[in-house]
Amino acid sequence: MPQPSSLKAGYNFAYLDEQTKRMIRRAILKAVAIPGYQVPFGSREMPLPYGWGTGGIQVTAGIIGPDDTLKVIDQGADDTTNAVSIRRFFANTAGVATTEQTEDATIIQTRHRIPETPLQAGQILVYQVPIPEPLRWLEPRETETRKMHALQEYGIMYVRLYEDISRYGHISTAYDYPVMVNGRYLMRPSPIPKFDNPKMDRNPALQLFGAGREKRIYAVPPYTSVKSLDFKDYPFQVQKWDDCCTLCGADDSFLDEIITDDAGGRMFVCSDSDYCAKRRDAGHSGPNPGEAATKKIGEAGDAA
Amino acid sequence: MTALMDQDQPLLRVSSVTKYYDLMIGCRNVSFDLWPGEVLGIVGESGSGKSTLLNCLSTRLEPNSGAIEYNTRASGLVDLFTMSEAERRMLMRTDWGFVHQNPRDGLRMGVSAGANIGERMMAVGARVYGDIRESAAHWLGRVEFDIDRMDHLPSTFSGGMQQRVQIARNLAVNPRLIFMDEPTGGLDVSVQARLLDLLRELVGDLGLSAIVVTHDLAVARLLSHRLMVMRNGEVVESGLTDQVLDDPQHPYTQLLVSSILQV
Repeated sequence: MPQPSSLKAGYNFAYLDEQTKRMIRRAILKAVAIPGYQVPFGSREMPLPYGWGTGGIQVTAGIIGPDDTLKVIDQGADDTTNAVSIRRFFANTAGVATTEQTEDATIIQTRHRIPETPLQAGQILVYQVPIPEPLRWLEPRETETRKMHALQEYGIMYVRLYEDISRYGHISTAYDYPVMVNGRYLMRPSPIPKFDNPKMDRNPALQLFGAGREKRIYAVPPYTSVKSLDFKDYPFQVQKWDDCCTLCGADDSFLDEIITDDAGGRMFVCSDSDYCAKRRDAGHSGPNPGEAATKKIGEAGDAA
Repeated sequence: MTALMDQDQPLLRVSSVTKYYDLMIGCRNVSFDLWPGEVLGIVGESGSGKSTLLNCLSTRLEPNSGAIEYNTRASGLVDLFTMSEAERRMLMRTDWGFVHQNPRDGLRMGVSAGANIGERMMAVGARVYGDIRESAAHWLGRVEFDIDRMDHLPSTFSGGMQQRVQIARNLAVNPRLIFMDEPTGGLDVSVQARLLDLLRELVGDLGLSAIVVTHDLAVARLLSHRLMVMRNGEVVESGLTDQVLDDPQHPYTQLLVSSILQV
């Protein structure tokens, strides 16, 4: 493969050797062919610890080419340590262009979020997955969970939802919410908030999932149905906030609560930093962006 | 009973079932028919092959030779080991129950009593929370379990209560055949007596067939219509329960009956 000039010397293109990348691509092809099915693959040691995105990095390394543009987000943000390091890693070892703009990226590697900006056909979303097996905490035996997948015995997954309702009166599972892919395989969508679950359904982009420590790859091909599990009398619902984003005023995005001082001051801001910045550039602003940072809990009550 | 099922056929037909563990005998050449509504007791001392036989019958173990046919709702008598694993597991979820001696083997200790019962219903497709809960409460009521403790974890229950939850869990999908392995083992006598009363009543009310393995002849006498006595993996005597216990023919059965402690 021709090596771009900006490559760091001594590394193969995108860090992994060509044989390993082929092995990963074979696993990805199989995963795409069987939506939601966990394909085992020979996960390699990567220059970062397990749990920091080794699965996602290997999938990205397997599919990235010199013409790709890479975006990496961690909890929705482009500027967190993990996102910055992984972006720099591929800039160094593959010499690819990187971006923070969702619409400019061809590959987006993500931890714990799906971008707010709708994805386009042709884009690829790569998830970092800590534990791929949705039945893991209900059935500890891997031989048994594989059999349950094979025979589509998923009743037990509802036990968890039942327990939520009987304890809290509603389904309290808020992230890593189990989904049914293409009406066949039960899948863990990695720890994204359930707010993002509806975005997975019939998404035009290809969604790939890599679990490095657990050595599994799975996929949701474009325009595949992804349905969140629920009961008929307790339908699936996403989180809602009373506030909007303090910075950009968005009321349709996933908000992070940020503590601003030791006196109970806090604000809510978009977790998707690119989305928030674009809205502010377009002239949107939140309620008193200056003052909000110093708003204290209880003040609203005092004023009333 | 369902109309589709052939009433002139037994529910379970066991022919010459033999199971070896390497060169050791688990059980040898066991044959019997079980009819709808019938309760069969299997007694014998430890190591006599009772549990091996029960595990073979419930398809937890595959016998080395012999056939076990079950009268399925859809297509009459079918050899269990010619069915696909998917069909067998479906049968275990819908038509059968298995009550273990130790409730820990038959319950999910990490989820509430209600969820334990609901699991069987959800496994066969129940997707309305209200219905599942109502049904779970109904079955807990049937086994005389305190409904207020429906949302508590089984680990907070006494042994007798855990066993009640296990029984309710097995009844929730209206099975036709229940396997019981020492259902009252390890419980004190007063709890045992109440549980036996309950089991007898439920089996009678629901028209269930059951196979009860026990080493306790009193339990066998109370629950079962028919009795099989096993020793060294073989059936040495079988017949009506009262007949076997009141007039034992085989020397081993005579020994068993005479070994009952008199209070």
